[in-house]
Amino acid sequence: MMAKEIKNILMVGVGGQGTILASKVLSNGLVNAGYDVKMSEVHGMAQRGGSVTTQVRYGEKVYSPIIGKGQADIIVAFERMEALRMIQYLKKGGVLVVNDHVIPPMTVLTGAEEYPEGIIEELSSKAKTIVFKAAEVAREIGNPKTQNIVLLGALIKAIGLEDLDWDTAIEAEVKPQFVAINKKALQKGMELAS
Amino acid sequence: MKKLLTGNEAIARGAYEAGITVAAAYPGTPSTEILENIAPYEEIYAEWAPNEKVALEVAGGASIAGARALAAMKHVGVNVAADPLMTLAYTGVNGGLVLVTADDPGMHSSQNEQDNRYYAKFGKMALLEPSDSQEAKDLVAEAMKISEEFDVVVILRVTTRICHSKTLVEFKDRQEVAMKPYVKQANKYIATPANAKVLHGTLEERLKRLEEYSNNSPLNYIEWNDKKIGVVASGVGFQYAREVFGEGASYLKLGMTNPLPKQKIREFAAQVETIYVVEEGEPYLEEALKVMGIDCIGKDKLPLVGELNPDIVERAFMGTEREVFTTDIKLPNRPPVLCPGCPHRGLYYVLGRQKNAIVTTDIGCYTLGSAPPLNAGDTCICMGASITAGHGMYKAFEHNKTEGKKIFSVIGDSTFFHSGVTGLMDVVYNKGNSIVIIADNRITGMTGHQENPGTGKTLKGEPTVEIDVAKVCKGLGVDKVIEVNPLNLEEMEAAIKEAASTDETMVIVTKWPCALLKDQVKAKGYCRIDEEKCKMCKACLKVGCPAIFNIEGKIQIDETMCNGCGLCAQVCRFDAIEKVGE
Repeated sequence: MMAKEIKNILMVGVGGQGTILASKVLSNGLVNAGYDVKMSEVHGMAQRGGSVTTQVRYGEKVYSPIIGKGQADIIVAFERMEALRMIQYLKKGGVLVVNDHVIPPMTVLTGAEEYPEGIIEELSSKAKTIVFKAAEVAREIGNPKTQNIVLLGALIKAIGLEDLDWDTAIEAEVKPQFVAINKKALQKGMELAS
Repeated sequence: MKKLLTGNEAIARGAYEAGITVAAAYPGTPSTEILENIAPYEEIYAEWAPNEKVALEVAGGASIAGARALAAMKHVGVNVAADPLMTLAYTGVNGGLVLVTADDPGMHSSQNEQDNRYYAKFGKMALLEPSDSQEAKDLVAEAMKISEEFDVVVILRVTTRICHSKTLVEFKDRQEVAMKPYVKQANKYIATPANAKVLHGTLEERLKRLEEYSNNSPLNYIEWNDKKIGVVASGVGFQYAREVFGEGASYLKLGMTNPLPKQKIREFAAQVETIYVVEEGEPYLEEALKVMGIDCIGKDKLPLVGELNPDIVERAFMGTEREVFTTDIKLPNRPPVLCPGCPHRGLYYVLGRQKNAIVTTDIGCYTLGSAPPLNAGDTCICMGASITAGHGMYKAFEHNKTEGKKIFSVIGDSTFFHSGVTGLMDVVYNKGNSIVIIADNRITGMTGHQENPGTGKTLKGEPTVEIDVAKVCKGLGVDKVIEVNPLNLEEMEAAIKEAASTDETMVIVTKWPCALLKDQVKAKGYCRIDEEKCKMCKACLKVGCPAIFNIEGKIQIDETMCNGCGLCAQVCRFDAIEKVGE
């Protein structure tokens, strides 16, 4: 039943946005489903408000822990501009899930550079792009901090992993009092990508 | 059951399984999580040492006493620990001793990308290189076995992508290993010239026997496929090569890379047409093959700079280029920055405005104060060099009667304990005049909040003596030591002003906790712009806080990012920033 082909997921955000939990739930679900999984993160200096990526690869047998350019089946961007920064990693025919949220980098805050216009249009002209304001969606369901799981839900649906046991994965990675709200967030994210 | 672990988590598990009972380290990316994950094991005594030299000496002592021991550090940390390392290689061990070096090709969080495999060759030690987390775990037990059987120090060399990639790991039970009896052996453990001459001789013999072991070890294995191309690889380089060439090449996968399995390499080389060496960093394996007279292709095609990835390997050896999306939109860079509420910001805001100053900085979050808009920083070399390089600059100006600037040396609390103390001693002893600023944010910050000698807690979370930075300075003979809150600009400016006009050695301790520490994050409110009062003078943007934006023609503060430190309110001349929600 398991496809031999390796699937590649790239998550990108800004240090401090909390992509870690989303990637933990994702990899937990994949491991329980019997996939070989490799996941790569960036730690240290780059985390301090810099651009950070998490890469997840899964399939029957995975070698490299990192993804090559033009290989990602899906890119999930927690920040608008970071989606475009990573577009070179997207496979032709790949999908983008974009949180329509702006975090200006210091170079923009100091006026040295400008935050570019027209990013969503540029992304949409290249690939199927699912865009929503994850924090607002999360706030509507009761907790803005679940935005990462909303984005994860959209990713899961877009890459066709919705049949895996995500409830167990959430229960394993999230504190008991937040399990229900995160399950709701995941569901909501899946709906947004339908 | 298999679990998904980072290489660092796997090494910690490996230490547990291999019966290690003593572990020491100084934090440093990408190695930090090794000791953090060892700490919860009650079976292992684990400590944060003030620096890597101390950590290795502690592990070395434990080994001599008869325990299995581990020291872990980042690649540049091994430079600090090189002195004990090179001699422990001679003395050998009692209980097994492994040094984990976590190299950082691509410099994700480092000042250089030195390839520490050369240390093993240079210092005559065994060298193991895992390619994933399973191997990282298993090689700890292997390191113990080799270390005890051959009486050598073993270096376990990992790289960022091994340390911080999660791959599946199968657990084993812990192997309880009794302490070996400690027997006084002066001719082994006292490295005087007379003893060391003998030890060097026996070490060469030990290494010869170890090469035999390397030839027969399953750590070095061949995967036969198509024989037109033969790939020799180690570490994460093997994974990239295996990904790119698939079954279109045969592989000699090297898990033990010093001593190299020369016989096995010759056997492999004899059966393949062309040899590619796929390795990150320096041509360590390639040079060894060439010295053996084996023709191979490596760094002619692969870069010496930066880390490898499958793309680079594919492009180098196959010449293929995947079609990728591009964009004409120019994207601003997103460099790392000091966090909102960071106490270093107040210090650097004031330092950056000093007209006649040179600011030597050090390794830590506060290095980021050298970036715009704070722009306060002239040098950053290595742990501790802020003080000593600053002192050297001062002496050069003074001795050569050159019109010098006032020198401010900025160093963090953990870095001061690491290697700033001796530097300050030098300044005092040799009558320096540089101003030493110890940015004491009550924690080791950049690596993600590790305890240090000044925090009052051990790695295991036990309360301990809290070594007082100011008292250490006074003890070293600095008469003028003042403590200020760097987020109080008036206090901070007064201290710098005083320092600028003093002729004696002076220490300023800027003491305020890291904004990310739990107690600091809680309920301190946030700042808000009063739009009616704001004159758009943009003075607040000069503090370089990522929570203050100038967008859509007005200044805004992101209340979710702001932690209410109030620095921006202090620079506002129109009283347009107020603190709310306290």
